[in-house]
Amino acid sequence: MAKLTIEELDKLREKAVDKLRLRESGENRGRVIVHLGTCGIAAGGRQVLTALLDEVEKQGIKDITVTTAGCAGLCSREPMATIELFGQTPVKYADLTAEKIKKILAEHVVKGKLIKEYALAVGSERVG
Amino acid sequence: MPFRLNIMLCTGTGCVSNGAFPLLEAFEKEIKKHELHGEVAVIPTGCNGFCAVGPLVVVQPDEIFYQRLRIEDVPFLVQEHFLKGRPVKKFMYTPPETKEPIPVMSDIPFFGKQMLIALRNRGLIDPENIDEYIARDGYKGFTKAITTMTPKQVIDEVKASGLRGRGGGGFPTGLKWEVAFNTQSDEKFIIINCDEGDPGAFMDRSIVESDPHSVIEGVLIGAYALGVKQVYIYVRMEYPLALKRFYRALEHATEYGLLGKNILGKGMDLEIEVHRGAGAFICGEETALIRSIQGFVGEAQAKYIYPAEKGLNGKPTIINNVETWANIPQIILRGAKWFASIGTRGKNGDGGSTGTKVFSLVGKVHNTGLVEVPMGITLREIIYDIGGGIKNNKKFKSVQTGGPSGGFLPESLLDLPVDFDELLKVGSMMGSGGMVVTDEDNCMVDMARYFLDFVQSESCGKCIPCREGTKRMLDILERITFGQGTEEDLVKLEELSKLIVESSLCALGGTAPNPVLTTMKYFREEYEAHVKNKKCPAHTCKPLITYTIDGKICVEKGHGCGVCRKNCPQSAIAGELKKEHRIDPAKCDKCGICYDVCKFDAIYVD
Repeated sequence: MAKLTIEELDKLREKAVDKLRLRESGENRGRVIVHLGTCGIAAGGRQVLTALLDEVEKQGIKDITVTTAGCAGLCSREPMATIELFGQTPVKYADLTAEKIKKILAEHVVKGKLIKEYALAVGSERVG
Repeated sequence: MPFRLNIMLCTGTGCVSNGAFPLLEAFEKEIKKHELHGEVAVIPTGCNGFCAVGPLVVVQPDEIFYQRLRIEDVPFLVQEHFLKGRPVKKFMYTPPETKEPIPVMSDIPFFGKQMLIALRNRGLIDPENIDEYIARDGYKGFTKAITTMTPKQVIDEVKASGLRGRGGGGFPTGLKWEVAFNTQSDEKFIIINCDEGDPGAFMDRSIVESDPHSVIEGVLIGAYALGVKQVYIYVRMEYPLALKRFYRALEHATEYGLLGKNILGKGMDLEIEVHRGAGAFICGEETALIRSIQGFVGEAQAKYIYPAEKGLNGKPTIINNVETWANIPQIILRGAKWFASIGTRGKNGDGGSTGTKVFSLVGKVHNTGLVEVPMGITLREIIYDIGGGIKNNKKFKSVQTGGPSGGFLPESLLDLPVDFDELLKVGSMMGSGGMVVTDEDNCMVDMARYFLDFVQSESCGKCIPCREGTKRMLDILERITFGQGTEEDLVKLEELSKLIVESSLCALGGTAPNPVLTTMKYFREEYEAHVKNKKCPAHTCKPLITYTIDGKICVEKGHGCGVCRKNCPQSAIAGELKKEHRIDPAKCDKCGICYDVCKFDAIYVD
């Protein structure tokens, strides 16, 4: 590593900030939850998650958290994912593939347009 | 593919001694087994602060806190949480009162009341990775200083912040810098004081272990302001992990051109040299520390001339504690006004104690560990809200602030704001931030004796009142705890204390009698019980207590079961089944085993 100038240090910081974004409670628009219960994994949930993470990186999306959760309860329609954009009703998508999740990311998460034909339901079960 | 989870694993000294490194390996192995290594990263961090419940991890981005992890817990945790996204309740922190696990770290009261400036990167970065420090505004304060401020402006900013030395004395840092700035000399030095000697205190160690670059950046700013080219850090030999991480940080900073010649292309030169202390308490005192670096015996020197004017090699030398240095980058970056808005201020809007202070909270509280709180917070908030109160439903007795020569404060002073001047007023001090909490089972005479014993053996021996006076005081306290004290001894203790405080060169002698003076002031009745009635109310001083069996309870409830007799290592208990048992005081060595094993509470201590 060559010695840095101030400009190079600033550039290096910009790059490093991305790596630490996960640990900061910053401005976040919402999260994508991939359901990875035993059923979800068996139905190919891992591939959906990998494709999603790759796409998030490719498009440079920084204000969305990708996370996992257990079985959503409807094992026959796995792999499933829930899109939670803050201030909006969560949407569950079923029978996912790598292709479908990429499209959901582009349309629903980025542009805010729900993809009706993939969606299972709008809203979540009540808790309690 | 970006990581979706960061597992922040504490590798501070506390967690390391509880097995953090084998745990790290286990996590990495298990994550690989599930082919999660492209999605889930394990990051070793510095001390998280909640040492009482280590080894611990914080799972980001959701900030899920897991405690007391064992290697055998790893497979389950990785599968349930990291793979399937189901946080595992049984590894979460569960407060003793509610029995309901708290998943998120900042919801745990221990963390909720803290405010981090010196420790702002703890648990958030890998201390051995300079890029992660840089990402968290690292070296931004320094670049701001060299590009937009003159040296004088830097000093004025530090002065305006109200920052006072975190090592003990609380001398205004900006003022110290100004003295060195105004002293003409061809050469000036900076020393980082990391010779942390207080028993049970580990603030500086933790900062160097969790965020070494914050100290380097602080020093860079100071060096720019004062025109210093050579810096020394004086580190205790007993801090191997801190040393390792500091060396690593020096290496990286040099590689990036943040140390060495022509720093950041701005023409500034700076070298930092590590000096390892051999473990003498006195070497935390600045003049003794300077002597030690020069190769002499660590002895305090008279300070009618400040080291800021004439220190190392007779040149102006700024010595500041690790925590003080770690505050500097934030003060420059965020401004003196911001810093001064935290903490307390004097009547005229100056003085007071600004910013935060790191304390190591130890003793009889639930949550022991390292806490950083805004100045002006009350002792009660630290002990009860953050510390979670006294263990085992015992009653609070005292808190000692300021290390071995700090004072013991009673319950009536718990609402005292933590502030340099307020603590001095009641006979204690801020010190470097030790905080030892005692409960009803601690004898205050014995506590005073214990800490005086420490200070006495650490006296450098230069000043006779400190060397001989503390020894005589210790003799008297030992006599009192053995039941041979007289009322005259109490008068003598006070006289000696006064003399030592007045006639010692440095703060070691100047504060050594504090534990005795404060316990005599706030817990006088305990001294009198020892001296007049030859009793120890806390039942700690063995020569003053007796164990007795209540014959009636022994026979009626316990039917002379004989468990005490069988367990007594001295064979001091006589009796037969169904008959009353008795302890022979001549044989009893007061180990307390009989008291512990009696199921019928027939044995009492007096």
